[in-house]
Amino acid sequence: MDSTDHAKRAEAEQRTIVINQGVLSKNDLLARSNRTLFKSKNLLTMNIVSSPGSGKTAFIERTLTDLKGRLRGGVVVGDLATDNDAKRIARSGAPAIQITTGDTCHLDAEMVAEATAKLDLDALDVLIIENVGNLVCPSGYDLGEDLRVVMLSTTEGEDKPLKYPTMFKTADVVILNKMDIAEVLGFDRDTAWSNIHRLTPQALIFEVSARTGLGMETWYQFLEQRLALANQP
Amino acid sequence: MHEISVMQSAIEIAIESAKAQNATQIHRINMRIGALAGVVPDSLEFAFPIVCQGTMAEGATLEIEYVPALCRCSSCASEFEPKDFFYECPNCKALTVDLLHGKELDLAFLEVS
Repeated sequence: MDSTDHAKRAEAEQRTIVINQGVLSKNDLLARSNRTLFKSKNLLTMNIVSSPGSGKTAFIERTLTDLKGRLRGGVVVGDLATDNDAKRIARSGAPAIQITTGDTCHLDAEMVAEATAKLDLDALDVLIIENVGNLVCPSGYDLGEDLRVVMLSTTEGEDKPLKYPTMFKTADVVILNKMDIAEVLGFDRDTAWSNIHRLTPQALIFEVSARTGLGMETWYQFLEQRLALANQP
Repeated sequence: MHEISVMQSAIEIAIESAKAQNATQIHRINMRIGALAGVVPDSLEFAFPIVCQGTMAEGATLEIEYVPALCRCSSCASEFEPKDFFYECPNCKALTVDLLHGKELDLAFLEVS
């Protein structure tokens, strides 16, 4: 049997191809290259995720406004439509690039690579990526961040982490926002802490109000510490 | 919600691999999905024929192997299948984050001709 016969026979026969590859491996690869780039620029990068309406944009706006003169921040913000959030963040004076994802429910590493190419990364200390408001889909997509920040607001209830365990399990930091109205809402703080801690014992929890500024200083000190740690030779 | 784009990525990898091996038709696709992969298997199955349409994988069957979560306790090193999303060690009651299995979202193998 010559090689042509062999090829013909093989073509007609069913055969198995072993792949054993992660479906999101292309994203993981791009995320690694993002991470290498961000590290080379001495950036502290965070990926902020939450439900719609938890207060991500207000939290970022407040952080960048208050940290003016202390830290130089830049933002990449994802939404299904409109550039309203980028406009809001730009009021803080920080550069903000909007990604409109259309019907995609999460940011991926490629979108972040394209958006950050439009920022002068050398002029930044902190890069904040505001993900699409969604506690399900963004969980599997590494963007190349140092910190996964999961935000929960008191209006959502203390059992929210139990409803979205996959996302909360990936958190390095959990921000409890809208603490200024916790009492009015009857928000059960102890149960919230316990739910978060049992799901993600490694995560740090910060209680804040992006609106009033409550608790924000502790968050800023944490950012400065992390940045100093990252920039150690 | 993102199962269609996950399935699309899987089919892209499948087609690339099949073409690289000079195959013209994909008959079967086998995936390994962990309990904590963050995707709903039913939605993957729903998305599958849609993303296969008009490709060499049209008419293929999808097989999904489920991988249960398996933890290793960071305190006493015993391995256990967590009962729920709290990874509490049944031996020493410590909470752990060390997951050995359960995050899989893999394309395992194809059957082609």
